[in-house]
Formats: sequence, C-alpha cells, structure tokens
Amino acid sequence: MSATSKVLTFGVAACVGGAFALSIAPAKAWEPTHPIEIIVPAGTGGGADQMARTMQGIITKHNLSKQSVVVINKSGGAGGEGFLDVKNSKGNAHKLIITLSNLFTTPLATGIPFSWKDMTPVAMMALDEFVLWTNAEKPYKNVKDYVAAVKAAPDNTFKMGGTGSKQEDQIITVALEKATGKKMTYIPYKGGGEVAVQLVGNHVDSTVNNPIEAVAHWRAGKLNALCVFDSKKLDYQEKIAGDKAWGDIPTCKSEGLDVEYLMLRGFFMAPGVKPDEVAYYVDMFKKVRETPEWKDLMKNGAFNTTFMVGDEYAKWVASAEKLHEGLMKEAGFLAKTN
Amino acid sequence: MEDIGNLFHGFSVVLQPYNIVLMVVGIVLGVIVGVLPGLGGANGVAILLPLTFSMSPTSAIIMLSCIYWGALFGGAITSILFNIPGEPWSVATTFDGYPMAQQGKAGEALTAAFTSSFVGALFAVIMITLVAPLVASFALRFGPAEIFSVYFLAFCSFVGLSKEPPFKTVASMMLGFALGAVGLDQMTGQLRLTFGFETLLTGFDFLIAVIGLFGIGEILLTMEEGLSFRGKAAKIDLKVVINTWKELPRYWMLYLRSCLIGCWMGISPAGATPASFMSYGIAKRISKHGKNFGKGEIEGVIAPETAAHAAGTAALLPMISLGVPGSPTAAVLLGGLLIWGLQPGPLLFTEQKDFVWGLIASMYMGNIVGLIVVLTCVPLFAAILRIPFSVIAPIILVLCAIGAYTVHNNTFDVVMMLVFGVVGYFMKKTNYPLAPMVLAIVLGDKAEESFRQSLLASQGSLGVFFSNALVSTIMTLGLIALFWPMIQAGLSRLRGGVKGPRTAA
Repeated sequence: MSATSKVLTFGVAACVGGAFALSIAPAKAWEPTHPIEIIVPAGTGGGADQMARTMQGIITKHNLSKQSVVVINKSGGAGGEGFLDVKNSKGNAHKLIITLSNLFTTPLATGIPFSWKDMTPVAMMALDEFVLWTNAEKPYKNVKDYVAAVKAAPDNTFKMGGTGSKQEDQIITVALEKATGKKMTYIPYKGGGEVAVQLVGNHVDSTVNNPIEAVAHWRAGKLNALCVFDSKKLDYQEKIAGDKAWGDIPTCKSEGLDVEYLMLRGFFMAPGVKPDEVAYYVDMFKKVRETPEWKDLMKNGAFNTTFMVGDEYAKWVASAEKLHEGLMKEAGFLAKTN
Repeated sequence: MEDIGNLFHGFSVVLQPYNIVLMVVGIVLGVIVGVLPGLGGANGVAILLPLTFSMSPTSAIIMLSCIYWGALFGGAITSILFNIPGEPWSVATTFDGYPMAQQGKAGEALTAAFTSSFVGALFAVIMITLVAPLVASFALRFGPAEIFSVYFLAFCSFVGLSKEPPFKTVASMMLGFALGAVGLDQMTGQLRLTFGFETLLTGFDFLIAVIGLFGIGEILLTMEEGLSFRGKAAKIDLKVVINTWKELPRYWMLYLRSCLIGCWMGISPAGATPASFMSYGIAKRISKHGKNFGKGEIEGVIAPETAAHAAGTAALLPMISLGVPGSPTAAVLLGGLLIWGLQPGPLLFTEQKDFVWGLIASMYMGNIVGLIVVLTCVPLFAAILRIPFSVIAPIILVLCAIGAYTVHNNTFDVVMMLVFGVVGYFMKKTNYPLAPMVLAIVLGDKAEESFRQSLLASQGSLGVFFSNALVSTIMTLGLIALFWPMIQAGLSRLRGGVKGPRTAA
C-alpha cells in the first residue's frame, strides 16, 4: 500500500469512518475495489466528454489508480439522466460525475427532480470560459461595431447560435440582449462544434462558443474573437491565431458589454459517500493536475485553472446556483412546475 | 503532386508490421462490435479508446478507424442472417438480405453486402484523397434549411415503397414520429410526453426499438411457426464468393449511384442511416426488378450497403477538416484526436500531415484487410444458420438483451426492448410495415430540429426552404420522389399506354 502519505493528510477523514477503522488497521486509506465510472451528463465529443476522456487517459497512462476508469455518457433529458443516476446511487464510491452548467439549468428549466445538494461535491477542476465569436468576413471586427450592428438590425433578425435550449449559451444571449437592449433570435444546436461550423458557414451571425470549440476555426482565420465573458483577460500569451494570443482578447466588460459568465467543470459523487472516499479522489485529481497532458488540455482550451475542494467548493457551487436561479428567472426559463 | 507523395508516405507508415497487426486486431474487434446489436461502432470505439492511449496517435487512429470499418462490415451479418440489424444503417439491408438468407442464399447476400461495403468505402476514400478541401467547403453550405431538405428527401424517397396498404404505412410512420418525440425537446428545453416518468427522460432510443421490433419480433414469429428457421442451410464453401462476384459488375450503375448518395449524405452531414434508406428507396424506383425488392433481390442488398459505407467513410472528412463529426462514432474518434493533442479543423491537413495521410492510407488498407477478413468468414457466418433454432434462439435473446442494455447502461431499456418485441410481433401479424416506423424514430426528431431551426432563423417563413439554389433543388427532388408514382402514371397515360394498376403512394 502506498497510502501512508494520504493517511497523514487525511487522518481526520479516517477517524470519521470510525467503524471502519476497527476492522482494518487504523492507518489504511480507502482505495477503489472495482472500476471507477465517470458519468458524463452530455453527449460524446462535447467539452465535458473531452475532459472526462482526457482524465481517463491520464489516469491510465500515469497509473494514478489501481482500478480502471470507465467513461459513460448519460445525456438524456439535458443531462438529467446522468444526474438522477448518481443521485440514486447512494453510497456508491465508484461513481463520479463531471458537471457543466446543466447541473443548475436542467432542474430549473425542466423540473427534473435533482439538485447539487443531492450529491457529494468533490472538486472543481477548472472553469470554462466563453468568448463572443463572429465570422471573419463580417464588417464588425470589435465589440463596438458589433453592438452597433446588433442595434441597427430589426428586432429578432440578428441570429445567435448556441448549444441547447435554456442552458448557458442562451443565458448569455439573454444577458447580451439586456446589455444591448435589442432582441436577437437564439437558435439552439446539439453541440458546440456544430455551432462553430454554422458560424463559419454564415448560417448564424454570432456565437458564444467555449474557446476549445472554436479555436481551430479561429486559427484558420475564419472567425474573430471579439471579447471574453470574464472579469479579467485570459492567462495564455502564446501566439496561436496569427499574431493573436488568448490573452489578447479584451474582456467584454472593458468593451462596454457588462456580461460575465464562467462554467463549472467539476466533479461530484453519489450522496452518502464517506469522507475518506472523497479524499481519495481529491488526491487523485491533484495528481492529474500535475501531468503534462492536463496542462496541455488547459492551454488548448484556454481554461481558467481554479481548483477548489471541500467547503470552499460547496460554497462556490451554492452561490453559482443562486446566480443561475436569478438569471433563469429573469429570462423566464423556469419550469412551470417550479 | 505533393498530396500523392504524402499519401505514399502514409502507406509506408501504415504498412509497418506493427500497424498491420493493429489493423487486423481492429477489424476483428470491430466485426464483433458490429455483430452485437446495440453495442454499435460508437460504443465499441469508446470502450476500446483507452487501449490506444499508450500508442502513437497514428497507430491509435489506425486501430480505432479499423474498429470502425469492422463495425460497418459486421452490421450486415446479423441483418442478413437473423433479420436483426446490428447497426442503424443495416436496417435497410434486412429488407432483402433476410429473405435471401431464407431462400438459402445467405452466402450470396453476405458476399454482396461485404463487397458493396468495400466499394462504397473505397469510392469515398478516393473522393477524400482527391477533393478533400473542396468537399469541406461544400459541407459549410449546409445550414438548418439545407439539412432539413436532405431529411425531407430521405423520407420522400421512402414513402410508398412498401407492399402494405398506404394507410398502414402512414399509421406506422406516425407512430414512429410520436415515439421519436418522447423526451427532451431540444428546441425549447422542455420535456415532452414523459408523463412524469423519470425513465422516459431519454426518450425511445432507436436501437432499442430496432432490436425489439426486428430481433425479438422475429424470434416470436419463428417460435409460433414451429421452432425452426425457415432458412435452408446455406452451401458452405468459398465458391459462393467467386460466383457472386461474377454477377456484381452488372450492377455498376447502381453502385455508382449509391456511392454518390452515400458520399453526399456523409458530408452534409446527415449520416449513414438516411443514406442507406434513400439509396434503397431510389434503387427500388429505378430498378427493372423493382417489384422483387423485399423478396430477396440482390440489388436491395447492394444499394443500402454501398451507400451506408460511402457515407460512413465520407463522414470522417467533416470531422477532420471542420471538427464536426458526421456520425456518433466519428464523434468518439474526434474525442480521441483531442486526447492525443491533435486539433481537428482546417489546419490539421497542413500541421499534422503524417497523421492525416496516415489516416487516409489506413482507410484504404483497413478496408482491404477488412474485406479479406470478412469474406473468408462468409462460410462460417452462413453456417450459423445450420445450428438448430432451439439452440440459437436463446443465444440471440441474450445478445439482444446485452445489446439493449449497453446502449444506455440501463436495465429499463431491456424491458422496453421486450415490449417493442411484442409490438413488432403484432405489427407483423397484422401487416403493418416496420420500416417506416423505424425511419421515423431515427430521423424524425432530427428532421424536426432542423425544421424548427430553419423557421426560427427565417421568422416563420416557409420560403427559407426555397431560398437558394441548393436547398430548392433538394426540396424539388424530394417532391418529385414523393409524387413519383402519380407522375409515372400520368406519363404513361399521356403516352396512351395504360400499363396495369399503378402502385399507390
């Protein structure tokens, strides 16, 4: 057992599982005994799926777990299928779920009965950024011209493409409408990659794709990145799209569009799992973050690499839930049954 | 030509012994995955993806794409032998493949299916090699309206094909649309027709419906008819392959048409399933033997298989060049690319030459290796039909159950599969055709989605479906296909010759 260091760090956790400690020697941390499932509450090929599969690769390659990792997509009902599965697996320490904003938006918009409080928070791995993209052929090359173009167009003729309905992309769109005082037409598509291609093909006028979804087209000179919906510029200074780096994109706020939005990429477990079981995964995630593959993923997707665990994470999730409730209520997206 | 040079470099990479071994392993795994109904190429590739993390990206993609080819080949086997489509795009193969097997011509049907798959795939790869950049920009022209018009054409070329009364066809199709609508409405984010049952959140998966309707339904029917396969034992030797090959060149026109349909559907990207249905429908309209379709006509096997494989192969092109997967399996492969640190998109061709041309070379080699592997197994597959029904039926039932479970890792799906089996049994007894229902379940919600996206963009004006040359052409083709029987009747009346009763639309 290579667990001594873990035990030192999480001695408290071991004590809490007191009944356990009697039967096993006192200094033995929990380890998985059969394959670990990572549930992805979204389709294959999306951002959450990519992250889960990358982690699966990292854990396998660097031998971070004695047990293998299985990635399972449960995307039905805007991810409700996956969340309900975890909610109903009380005490199962071999099941993790990676989240996106549908953790908050799906129960609010559809009334599917689950909340993050039905699960055990493990760790925030990163925050995903959102960028305002337009087709490079369009005359508007900066936020000012863009807003002018939106305002000049008749109501509902400016087309915004996004992933899913009543989810993060549409929430940002509603916020943009509020900031510009103009109604746009929001067109929902199935996946982020598809949305980016629809923009390249000029079938929509703008999108709020995550960096990783649009980066290939940006680098090929097909898209312009107008601004990023974060409070500060991105951290990545490497020139990747011609002479532009992620860090060169101005924040939307600084350009006069006061909209900020970040999306959680974090992990939860089933309800009723023991603290030393959570500690095992926290420790594993910390090791994952140290690998070069993970750093590459963060760089490619221009992620915000904030890492949180425990109470800090739970508090962040609670405030994010409030934020979404407010935004969705304002936009009229709440399910009628609520 | 620099590209040709690159391609040969690609071949030299692919032909390393290590990579050839990976290819054969991939094909065999893929065939197994394709044979198991429900497991499917996408799931198969996803399950086996971790195996490849320690390989170089080129070796990994060779193995994964070979699993993909294997699955494409394998889907036809159960369709022909047991009337159970292993993959969505094999549904159309059952229409004529299964009757052929029942007539003792399983070997011919399998050979035709495999060879057609190969021809379709090869055609698509050649197209990718020669015109990749052109094709990528063509794909960009497909917005929601264009995509809807493609689905519209698929439906229209299929309506009025079945032997059953038109009203039964319509009823079956409408039931399919209703089942397809269950679950989350993509456009509004609302749940539809779930009646508060959490298990219905995901809707009715097409694969579950197909496994039940075809597989279980067929077993129930066979049981009723005295526990024996109606199929005669097929001849078991490789001569069947040679003899069938001698016949195939006659159908070159059918091959060409099916290849074109397949490539187009793969790029657009509507995918292999509509391609196979559309190709079958059009073949039946045009063929001299149109009346024999559904009774064991070899053309009815060639058309859907060729188109499905051309589409399945062509679907990889938008994935590489645009980062948009043309099929669920391509989506998983896309995930693989990102894990290996490759960025799909317009620059992949210039930045990762080794990889892209290695992949294209592996498409050529993978298909050749695949054809050899599956053809040598034809007698073996056909021999399965000699096993007594009482032995094979429980095995099929178990395979169906496993397949249904793997789709979503959900036990409720197994129950749904059994329910669909009973429904399928009664529909067959009462002569309601199954195919329109299946077509509606698989394409219904996608067609609805693109229809509503188009109308959102156009502010509700239907004019959007005739707003440019591309979409107008496809819509007009669809309308012609829909009213073809009437047009045909009108034409023959104009010529003065009343040639017997016309088939109803």
